[in-house]
Amino acid sequence: MLRIARAHVDAMTAHARADHPDEACGIIAGPIGSDEPRRYVPMTNADRSPTFFRFDPTEQLRLYREMDDNDEEVVVVYHSHTATEAYPSRTDISYAAEPQAHYVLVSTAENGAGEGPVEVRSYRILDGVVTEEELHITE
Amino acid sequence: MAVEVRIPTILRTFTNGAKAVEGGGSTLLQLIDDVDARNPGLKSRLIESENLRRFVNVYVNDEDVRFSGGLSAPIADGDVVVVLPAVAGG
Repeated sequence: MLRIARAHVDAMTAHARADHPDEACGIIAGPIGSDEPRRYVPMTNADRSPTFFRFDPTEQLRLYREMDDNDEEVVVVYHSHTATEAYPSRTDISYAAEPQAHYVLVSTAENGAGEGPVEVRSYRILDGVVTEEELHITE
Repeated sequence: MAVEVRIPTILRTFTNGAKAVEGGGSTLLQLIDDVDARNPGLKSRLIESENLRRFVNVYVNDEDVRFSGGLSAPIADGDVVVVLPAVAGG
């Protein structure tokens, strides 16, 4: 199960809408071993693509160094799907490299950049196996 | 002095759990060969068909090697090399 603050869900949703129809991506960091998403960090999708994302490599290095300095790790990796449901694609599964992370998918397929429901779901991806998990939003 | 190579969690199975290993060489490729000699298997996770794998980021002194020659990027004693798996998907 992923316990996550409403403010973080709102921030991911806003980022996904803002970048629609391109995919948006980012992380939420937390103290190592805590499994608590605390620090929201939107990232630049270096590919600026509706079907692909990749963290900008320079931003990623800076982020990982900060996390190292703060004794943080990646608790949530999020990205959006802009034409399909909020389920990990084959590409998502093959590049999942953070075994401790919750992979959150946000789909703007239904309402695009506009208001209206956005699908948000969370998964574990381990050794190529996807397991959906409960998303518990805390107020 | 040697070159420090920082290894991401997901590749530490090749380094006996070490977060960083040391090596030498005058290009990135030589450095990877040198490190692979003591940590077998690492090279194949970084290089494919004689190129850096697309979804591995390698930085020499904080610079992405894709912009400084890739596997031919020059390496000197005292440099710090960081390997990070790209965070990517579709």
